[in-house]
Amino acid sequence: MSLRMSVAIVGAAETDLLGVQPDKSAIQLHAEGALNALADAGISKDEVDAVLCAGQSPVAVAEYLGITPTYIDGTGVGGCSFMIHVRHAAAAIQAGLCKTALITHGESGRSRVGMGGWGQSRQMLSAQFEEPYGVAGPPTRFTIPIVRHMAEYGTTHEQMASVAVATRRWAEKNPRAMMRDPITVEDVLASRMIAYPIHLLECCLVTDGGGALVVVSAERAKDFPKKPVYLLGSGESSEHSMISMMHDFTESRAFKVSGQLAFAEAKIERKDIDHAMFYDAFAHTPMFALEALGFVGKGESGPFFEEMRTAPGGDFPLNTNGGGLSYTHTGMYGMFAIQESVRQLRGEAAAQLPDLRTSIAHGVGGMFHAAGTLILTNDERA
Amino acid sequence: MPKRPIPEATPETAEFWAGASRGELRIQRCNACGRAYFYPRPFCPRCSSKDVAWFTASGRGTLHTYVINYRAAHGFQDYAPYVIAIVELEEGPRMMSNIVGIEPLPENLPVGLPVEVTWEKQDEQITLPLFRPRGAAS
Repeated sequence: MSLRMSVAIVGAAETDLLGVQPDKSAIQLHAEGALNALADAGISKDEVDAVLCAGQSPVAVAEYLGITPTYIDGTGVGGCSFMIHVRHAAAAIQAGLCKTALITHGESGRSRVGMGGWGQSRQMLSAQFEEPYGVAGPPTRFTIPIVRHMAEYGTTHEQMASVAVATRRWAEKNPRAMMRDPITVEDVLASRMIAYPIHLLECCLVTDGGGALVVVSAERAKDFPKKPVYLLGSGESSEHSMISMMHDFTESRAFKVSGQLAFAEAKIERKDIDHAMFYDAFAHTPMFALEALGFVGKGESGPFFEEMRTAPGGDFPLNTNGGGLSYTHTGMYGMFAIQESVRQLRGEAAAQLPDLRTSIAHGVGGMFHAAGTLILTNDERA
Repeated sequence: MPKRPIPEATPETAEFWAGASRGELRIQRCNACGRAYFYPRPFCPRCSSKDVAWFTASGRGTLHTYVINYRAAHGFQDYAPYVIAIVELEEGPRMMSNIVGIEPLPENLPVGLPVEVTWEKQDEQITLPLFRPRGAAS
């Protein structure tokens, strides 16, 4: 049994605004995204029978929205949770457990209104075996593999900076992007060193915002007002909860496993992908994705980015909303990657590409901890 | 002055921290598959065998990868910039630590640099295994 073409995204929307929103709590951002996505799908919340979300409990989100679900999924493994939610919603819909799934994200990442605390037990494994050495959030954990990739493959600072430059070029085209001023490789390398080898402009933004998706069976998809975006393939995996336990610091095992599952299910080749969204928490994250998902060989992502092949006009349009680096990054950005894939496949994107048939949205959870991959299409005959 | 976050042992990790207080890097080896592993668990993460034993590692290893952190974590203001590293122990397992006893500059930190453990006492219960270039003065 396969989930291939079993469901479609029929509602997709973000919060009205992205960026700095101290006047809204995290759960309100979930709800705003949800109400916008329901309006996009042309349905009321009373038709929703499945609630899936991360950050907040799905129970809390269901209560806040006034929904009594028959299927709940609180898979919360970081920024790729929403890719995984789409996959789980497809499985649940195919199994007959629910009919109309609502997947929500909302995070007050910048203003931190209505967010849970950071505190945790000193007995947690990470508190015993990583925090005593002065790790300070993602900039010091997510980035640890980079030097190893440089040492083994000759990846350069300029190549990594090129990721930020190419992504910014897409953001320049998007009025909703937070950072839109053109930048050069020199600008990136001259920006403040956060944790060598990562500079400020190679780090994602920290913002407030949210978004949501409505997922139904492929048979029902045409009953909704917008062009359906079908699930062609999907994957998920996890590798570690501490970056120090990464098996090979030059590649993400979770990315590889998740990507292989998605392509096997989609029954298409890498060359058949027209558009890509690779979660860019830092400049190296899409480099690792490009290699792990099989678009280039191991160690070959640096030259690929340096040649600006992912920028506007390139042969591999990537992160066309401006990415986590320049568009928005609430903390769990994966929802926004999916939103851009949907917009591109519907023909609604700010930097719209012509003649699109397929898009891949690949998310990372935590710091290479987990992965989720969606291959989407607007072709009902796929 | 804020202090480094001090870990607290669990039953499974107590021997590691007790050893650290004595200046011994205690890790485990699986008697079934022969592999050494870290972090501590009462079974082998590779083959699930419960036939595992503690031993004292040599304390020697190599620098596997690292960052140089310029934005100090809470309690680390006196240390920044500092090197957060993954050290590959001679016995095979890798662990996170700091590289000390060296100016924190990329040219001083080639991947593969031979390092050895050095101990930094935090309190009566907890001593941290840090690493310095092998042969460096203590």
